[in-house]
Amino acid sequence: MPLQRSTDEPLLGGVAAGLAVKTGVDVTVVRVVFVLSSLASGFGVAAYVVGWLLLPAAGQERTIASRALGDRRGLSLAAGVAALLAVLLLISSALGASWLGSLTWPLTIGAAGLALVWRNASEEEQARLHRIAEPALQLVGGTGGRRLRLRFAAGVVLLGAGLGALLVGRPNSATLRPLGGLLLVIAAFVVVLGPWWLRIARDLMLERQARARAEERADIAARVHDSVLQTLALIQRRADEPHQVVQLARAQERELRAWLFGGPPPGLLGEEATTLAAGVQAIQQEVESVHGLPVETVVVGDCDLDEPLHALLAAAREATVNAAKWSGAPSISVFAEATPEQVSVFVRDRGVGFDPDAVPADRKGVAESIRGRMSRHGGSAEVVTAPGNGTEVRLTMPRVTARA
Amino acid sequence: MSTAGSRIRVALVDDHAMFRAGVRTEIDERLDVVGEAGDVESAVRLVEQQEPDVVLLDVHMPDGGGRAVIAAIRDRLPDVRFLALSASDAPEDVIAVIRAGARGYVTKTISGDDLVDAVRRVGEGDAVFSPRLAGFVLDAFTSGDGPDEPAPDPELDQLTPREQEVLRLIARGYTYKEIAGELFISGKTVESHVSSVLRKLQLSTRHQLTRWATDRRLI
Repeated sequence: MPLQRSTDEPLLGGVAAGLAVKTGVDVTVVRVVFVLSSLASGFGVAAYVVGWLLLPAAGQERTIASRALGDRRGLSLAAGVAALLAVLLLISSALGASWLGSLTWPLTIGAAGLALVWRNASEEEQARLHRIAEPALQLVGGTGGRRLRLRFAAGVVLLGAGLGALLVGRPNSATLRPLGGLLLVIAAFVVVLGPWWLRIARDLMLERQARARAEERADIAARVHDSVLQTLALIQRRADEPHQVVQLARAQERELRAWLFGGPPPGLLGEEATTLAAGVQAIQQEVESVHGLPVETVVVGDCDLDEPLHALLAAAREATVNAAKWSGAPSISVFAEATPEQVSVFVRDRGVGFDPDAVPADRKGVAESIRGRMSRHGGSAEVVTAPGNGTEVRLTMPRVTARA
Repeated sequence: MSTAGSRIRVALVDDHAMFRAGVRTEIDERLDVVGEAGDVESAVRLVEQQEPDVVLLDVHMPDGGGRAVIAAIRDRLPDVRFLALSASDAPEDVIAVIRAGARGYVTKTISGDDLVDAVRRVGEGDAVFSPRLAGFVLDAFTSGDGPDEPAPDPELDQLTPREQEVLRLIARGYTYKEIAGELFISGKTVESHVSSVLRKLQLSTRHQLTRWATDRRLI
């Protein structure tokens, strides 16, 4: 990925964040380096502004610099600002404040660059700049409230006192005086800029929340599109196959319900269910999708599955599949209840039923497999049926791992 | 109340016009649909004008849902009975509308025949429990029975063994008639057990019930 300015959560132009992404260094570290190098020599300011001009913002092709080339008034403004500042700084350094001299070039470049950025940044960035620079603009325009002016006056007094203490402080008068001056300077910045930075931080937070909400909406839209709209489209195309339509609608309903009312979507259920309720749900899902028959499930209580209960569920699955295959009933009821003493599952259909004494061989085998499986683990199975009266398979397994 | 032979008069209350239309075509021939309403306000007006035997009531509607309709009407017209229809089977929704005064609950996926049957039963003063509702009730009355949580009022807060049996059979998908056969009791006895469970469900202060009933503010 090419080096570009981040538009994710920029404080100013996103140069530091962009660098952080590119180099893998934490963004706070990059920002501290910029600030320190600005305080030391002014280099940080110049480097930042140049980066702002020459790096494209994420998702944009043109840099601010390329746009600025076409902005004649902006160019002359920048040149003017630079010239003015350079002259001021040169004069002040000639007057004896020699430490200002080292700041001349970086500050000049920075100011000129900012003028260009100000005029040529994208609308979004301009809005952000406007917000950041608002207090200063209010002061200049005289529209600021009394509190702001008061704060500004206090800041100026503090700053003056601090700078005075710093500049007057001779090396021999101990380090106490410069330290006090430094504190006053810091206090000045806090008084003048503190509330404004707080607001920026709050705005950033609000922006982040709004983005989170937008992402959630997009997620819902994507889901609805992926599953619901697809299913509706399928239903329209299969309108002449009622059986298929019912199956599609049923599967979609189950999926949406699981998603809306919590719990994992059925499609994400693991191969091995670990609780009774999840196991029953897995049976429902399998039979409904394979045999296209609604399975009404009711689970009372719940418990973790152990070896015998896995066997119980396997038997219940067998019984449900049987009902789906043979009974001809329009739906199947599965009721499971876990009590401290035992777990029972009832699988009932209102289908054709059968005469237990005259069942086809293949069906008898399955019944045996249900019974055998249950008795091997200490449980019992009972099949209640008669021709024309539907079938109910009653499965009971005593609890081995009694609840504490 | 309707007498035998005359058709039961039904009001349809649901904020989805398409769903109302679907239900209407399904039951129109066998029940007398006296009107439809799409929100709480017009539902209250409709019921007051028509005094139907049974109101088929959507649980989820703007401005308070089915509960608001029941609350506005129950004291003034105690003879009007409510059967709740819901797309969700979340226990808090179902229990809340039953405790508000509905005499039964069915899901919207119910077949036309079963719906007509349920409306008739509610119209005759019986309670209608779907398997799912029976499961909830069993869960609510049997779970959380620790020694530290004694039932304050055994009369209301516990189910008799017979009532539990009846509920279990409903949850297993049995009809009232089949339950009567299975337990060797009359159909009337089954109905009185179910009505008694409904009364407990509406009046009991069991923690599980009150939690479900207040957990979710119905939209």
